[in-house]
Amino acid sequence: MHIAEGFLPPLQCALWYAASAPFIIHGARAVVTESRKNPENRLLLAAAGAFTFVLSAIKLPSVTGSSSHPTGTGLGAVLFKPPVMAFLSTIVLLFQALLLAHGGITTLGANVFSMGIVGPWAGYGVWVLARRLGASPAVGIFGAMFVADLSTYCMTSVQLAIAYPDLSSGFVGALVKFLGVFALTQIPLAIAEGLLGVLVLRYLGRIARPELLRLGVTKDAVHA
Amino acid sequence: MPELANQSADQSANQSGSRTAGRPWVTALLVIALVAIFAFSFVSGSLRSQAEESFAGTDSVVTDMLSERGVTPWFEPLFQPNSGEVESGLFALQAGLGGAVLGFALGNLRGRRAARAEALDGPSPTD
Repeated sequence: MHIAEGFLPPLQCALWYAASAPFIIHGARAVVTESRKNPENRLLLAAAGAFTFVLSAIKLPSVTGSSSHPTGTGLGAVLFKPPVMAFLSTIVLLFQALLLAHGGITTLGANVFSMGIVGPWAGYGVWVLARRLGASPAVGIFGAMFVADLSTYCMTSVQLAIAYPDLSSGFVGALVKFLGVFALTQIPLAIAEGLLGVLVLRYLGRIARPELLRLGVTKDAVHA
Repeated sequence: MPELANQSADQSANQSGSRTAGRPWVTALLVIALVAIFAFSFVSGSLRSQAEESFAGTDSVVTDMLSERGVTPWFEPLFQPNSGEVESGLFALQAGLGGAVLGFALGNLRGRRAARAEALDGPSPTD
């Protein structure tokens, strides 16, 4: 989902920056507010940020014969609501743009929009929906992580299709082409990420149950 | 099964057992499923990719597609790792840093919980 440095026209870079900036600022304030509430929140925030940091560094093989990396943004979005992930993803993407020449400074706004905003919000939406429908936290987190991962890559495809519509088939043709690379490769990775999310949430349920209850992630306090 | 007994004692002490907490085999199944996904991906991906470089990153595949169309970047990265080895080292650094922070945070949470349980009802078995 990293659009490489200099590969979006300057005007679009500026527009994606403008679109992402309010979310990043709002997210930074949310991070400060949450971490001031209590020390356990600070630890959980660090865990959510670190989770994304690790997962987005690891490129995994996929069925299409390409490799790609998960995003890990669904977990933090479920724990702390999506705004914090806009800020945490920005840190991750900045690190990769500056040190790894992966992504870029000019395309940072666009990349934050897909990984830090669209992914977390879509994942959180699935979580809320699943829980409203009576699904267990395990099903909810699986759906959230799966959708946060996949929707990020779909958004990147949209961004690229806007910038480079196909000469004959236009926006839709280009979108299909980019989705063919990004989304197909991502499906098994998103499933794996969902399963990993279930593992992590189960572990958090054991070591940080009071925190999860306070954050409103789980509500099953009474019936054992 | 002392472990199971510990876990259920732990649960009732906290009055908060979730439906899944007492099923250690679920964790094992999830791990097996994860390994299976990547084993399957690796095998079927290897069969499918006849290109010179198999398992290329999707980001670079798309960048190549754009370059083939004649798109040239208008801005160069400020710093570029000068070889694949340096690059993968820096990626490892990213994963290592993240893993360290993740371990620190989870370990700390676990320690706090153990301490809390001990303060509540004396030395008690924790998982």
